[in-house]
Amino acid sequence: MSLFLVVALPFLGALLPGLMNSAGRQACAGLTFTVTLAAFIGLLTNLPAVLAGDLVTARFDWIPVVGLNFTLMLDGLGFFFACLILGIGLLIITYARHYLAREDNMGEFFTYLLLFQGAMVGIVLSDNILLLLVFWELTSLSSFLLIGYWKHLPEGRQGARMALTVTGMGGLAMIGGMLILGNIVGSYDLSVILQNRAVIQASPLYLPALILILLGCFAKSAQFPFHFWLPHAMAAPTPVSAYLHSATMVKAGIFLMARMWPVLSGTPEWFVIVTGAGLITMVLGAVIALFKHDLKALLAFSTVSHLGLITMLLGTGTAFGAMAAVFHILNHATFKAALFMSAGIIDHETGTRDIRVLGGLRRLMPVTFVIASIAALSMAGIPLLNGFLSKEMMLDEAYRTVLFDTVWLVPALATVGALFSAGYCFRLIGHTFLGPVRDSYPAKPHDPGFGLWGPPAFLTVLVVVIGIAPFLAEPFVKLVTASVLGDTATLPTAHVKIWHGLTPALYMSVVAVVGGLLILLAYRPLLRLWDAAPRPEAKDIFERIIAFSVAASQAVILRLHNGAFSRYAAIGVVAILVAGYFAWVTGTMDAPTRMMQSANWVAIAGWAMLMAAGCALVLLHRNRLLALILIGIVGLMVSVGFVYFSAPDLAMTQFTVEVVTIILLLLALNFLPNQTPIESTVLRRIRDAGIAIAGGLATMALSWHFLMRDAVTTPISEFHLANAYKGGGGTNVVNVILVDFRGFDTFGEIIVLGIAALLIYALTETLLDGPVRARLLNRQPDQPRAGDMHPMMMVVLTRVIMPVVMIAAVYIFLRGHNEPGGGFIAGLIASIGMVMQYMASGFSWASARLRYPYHGVIGAGVLIAGLTGIGSWFVTKPFLTSDFMYVRIPPFEKFELATAALFDLGVFLAVVGAVMLTLESFSRLARTVDRRDSEHAMDIDPSRDEPEGDEPTRNTAKEGV
Amino acid sequence: MEFLVASAIGLLTASGLYLTLRMRTFPVIMGISLLTYAVNIFLFASGRLVVGAPPILSDGVTTYTDPLPQALVLTAIVISFGMTAVVVMIALGAYLGGKDDRVDDPVPGDASGKSSQAEDMA
Repeated sequence: MSLFLVVALPFLGALLPGLMNSAGRQACAGLTFTVTLAAFIGLLTNLPAVLAGDLVTARFDWIPVVGLNFTLMLDGLGFFFACLILGIGLLIITYARHYLAREDNMGEFFTYLLLFQGAMVGIVLSDNILLLLVFWELTSLSSFLLIGYWKHLPEGRQGARMALTVTGMGGLAMIGGMLILGNIVGSYDLSVILQNRAVIQASPLYLPALILILLGCFAKSAQFPFHFWLPHAMAAPTPVSAYLHSATMVKAGIFLMARMWPVLSGTPEWFVIVTGAGLITMVLGAVIALFKHDLKALLAFSTVSHLGLITMLLGTGTAFGAMAAVFHILNHATFKAALFMSAGIIDHETGTRDIRVLGGLRRLMPVTFVIASIAALSMAGIPLLNGFLSKEMMLDEAYRTVLFDTVWLVPALATVGALFSAGYCFRLIGHTFLGPVRDSYPAKPHDPGFGLWGPPAFLTVLVVVIGIAPFLAEPFVKLVTASVLGDTATLPTAHVKIWHGLTPALYMSVVAVVGGLLILLAYRPLLRLWDAAPRPEAKDIFERIIAFSVAASQAVILRLHNGAFSRYAAIGVVAILVAGYFAWVTGTMDAPTRMMQSANWVAIAGWAMLMAAGCALVLLHRNRLLALILIGIVGLMVSVGFVYFSAPDLAMTQFTVEVVTIILLLLALNFLPNQTPIESTVLRRIRDAGIAIAGGLATMALSWHFLMRDAVTTPISEFHLANAYKGGGGTNVVNVILVDFRGFDTFGEIIVLGIAALLIYALTETLLDGPVRARLLNRQPDQPRAGDMHPMMMVVLTRVIMPVVMIAAVYIFLRGHNEPGGGFIAGLIASIGMVMQYMASGFSWASARLRYPYHGVIGAGVLIAGLTGIGSWFVTKPFLTSDFMYVRIPPFEKFELATAALFDLGVFLAVVGAVMLTLESFSRLARTVDRRDSEHAMDIDPSRDEPEGDEPTRNTAKEGV
Repeated sequence: MEFLVASAIGLLTASGLYLTLRMRTFPVIMGISLLTYAVNIFLFASGRLVVGAPPILSDGVTTYTDPLPQALVLTAIVISFGMTAVVVMIALGAYLGGKDDRVDDPVPGDASGKSSQAEDMA
């Protein structure tokens, strides 16, 4: 099976359990199992090639420009990890099916699990480090979901957050390290990077890259000082802990260290950092684990300790160390997953995981006892079990490792770690299973069904088989080791066997086991000592660091981003001015190439009106209605300017938009205060005026500069002018650009316009659903109302005008391709015609006669435009290629049929729908309780003539006067 | 002629900026509208000023003004309507919901941050 499929199957499958939740727990679990099994079998089909030493690859260029390609490769190491992930995944799925309670959402669980599984498989099969980083981050995210699966538990949420924070930060460091590494080598392909050991280690950037990558690995694999997140992640359901913390998530960091081993290892830096961190983690984890009373916490710290052991082995940089590491990864996955599952069984059946209230379970849960004991003894390093073999290899390697020129340091620490490791294993067995049967447990203990004990039992069988017959596993371990080593070292010839003779490692092992037993005997006094000893609580430190970071960032952010819009605006304007000034003074200025054109009196008069209106607007803006009139003058003069400077289309658009904008602002002003109060100080107004004048002068200078000079290169409009008629079939070049040359832009614009209108509609709905509704309904208008709500002259006039406006809109639309006009302008004209009906005859009257909702009109417009564009695919042309032809139907003159006209129809509809939906939404806010909107137009409101005593005083409270 | 247009752009920018820096929503919206005019004319003017040569192809005419800025500005005008409408709606929603049409958040701990208009609204 293609590697793509192996990686993709879990992701594709992840969609299903969540959707199939209603099909039942069995169906969800069965489906997840099937998907995983399919991926597993797919992986196994590649086994012959891996055994033959081939590199199975699959390649798909994703974003080759940045070196990000979807390339996968499968060698021994990748196969080993993928096998662990999918194989143990199968056992976990079976186990989880029986472990999760009825009220747990199983579909959700399995969806997360498959997502995680896919991400893990992606990591181990990636041949591109950027792709690997994508999967790496995906595991952080999906493990966050899994750890926090029990959302109702605060520990679950906190643990998930902590795991995400730590692994996510590590991931960031990792991204930096990988990018540096890729830059050193000049390729982001792992297979290329792995060939460049000498180049990488000679680079001055080797150390930063190494540190960053190791930060990522250590965070992920819970190495000191990042070890604290793992025990807190134990709030997850046990299947998650068993999966994430035995074979997968925490091994990702180990995997990456193994993957990068050929190019990163072997230097003093690597040795000191990796071996040092591994040793500390191993001892620290083992010591803490001994004094944990929660079974899962004990196992969590033991996992930390064993990960430290593997890290230390990878750190030594010798081929034998790598082989021991690989072997221990395998062994640890088997016994630790079995132990986690056993802890889950005990929790499930006795109702507690606290060792202090357990004991004597040997008689009550014999099956679990056997499974857990074998696994724990293996972890303790008892002969004939697989843990013994790899621990011997570890001690052997430690014996020959010299750190800081101190011969005894590493062997001594390794022995201490092994000693405490044996101690907590014995405690696990002794305090949980042995001893007298208690009178009461939180629940009545009994062995679970096969669904729960089957998976750990299977792993225990592996523990024993490998332990007794290591020669069965040896070829596989050596195969994997060979792919870890690459070309940098030769495979060690040593064999994995139970009896090596009386070696130092054996003595160390004996010391560890005997010491472990002694610790168990002296447990009570040791515990008292431990409890009395002061020690830093990692969680508190973590939380203090988080609190400090939050406070520090708030101190910065709240000062800069204090919610004062006018301040941001001022800072923004000044910054742009400074940047522009810098560009201006550092640039060169050519002499003007154009002559100034003379202005006639009409132009000067228009200019004077614009300037006067602009100045008056600033001075009189506090009177908002007046401001609206003044801005109308500005808009009008701008439209006139467009006419004057050969832009009839623009003038028509500006003019019609001006009308609807003023209507819109009038509607808004209905609710807003009529006056703007004087609030800012004189100083502040002077400051603002200074900024504004500087900005105005800058834009004026800029405009003046380029208006007096020709364009530096030939404008691309030459092409548009030359091809508008030949290629687009229209003589109005602006319209041809809109619907043809740059039709895709226009398509985007009408979608944006539609979204804006829908947004306004949604905001209106939200307002009308909330507390604002009552306030709006009981609003007292601040102006006396006209008694004649629908003036008869206006009603008659607008209705008579309506067909004329519509004919004008159709005319403007149809001629748009050849003469000024088109969909945008026609849409605006048609909207104005309709808005007039609302204004004259009332909202209810107009709404009752509305046949199509405006949302639908927007949708139809976008759809028509889109389908017109898609239509060109059927003649194998790119999206939105237009076509046209001339038709003659007697007795009419020859006329043109263009697909662009159909596109323009879409534009027309979208504009009509958007403008109308916007205005309609605003006017819906205006309806009040005391003034029911009549369904009949042309009625007189008699209430105007009724005497009202408080009439003169009612509306004196003007806004902000 | 060029001077008239350049000064108009400058004035519209200056008055737009001044109004944008005010403290209530309505003048800010006015200011943004003025800035929109300024930007649109600026973009339009990048095709240089040509009188009496609209980009409508006809036989025998060889000089046309640059049509591309016109096409860009045309859609910009329509989009700016949509943008203005959204901003107005947000301003309106904020005012109706909070009885306050200030654009700046009140300074934390400052009781006078609440508008005196709260009473007027009722």
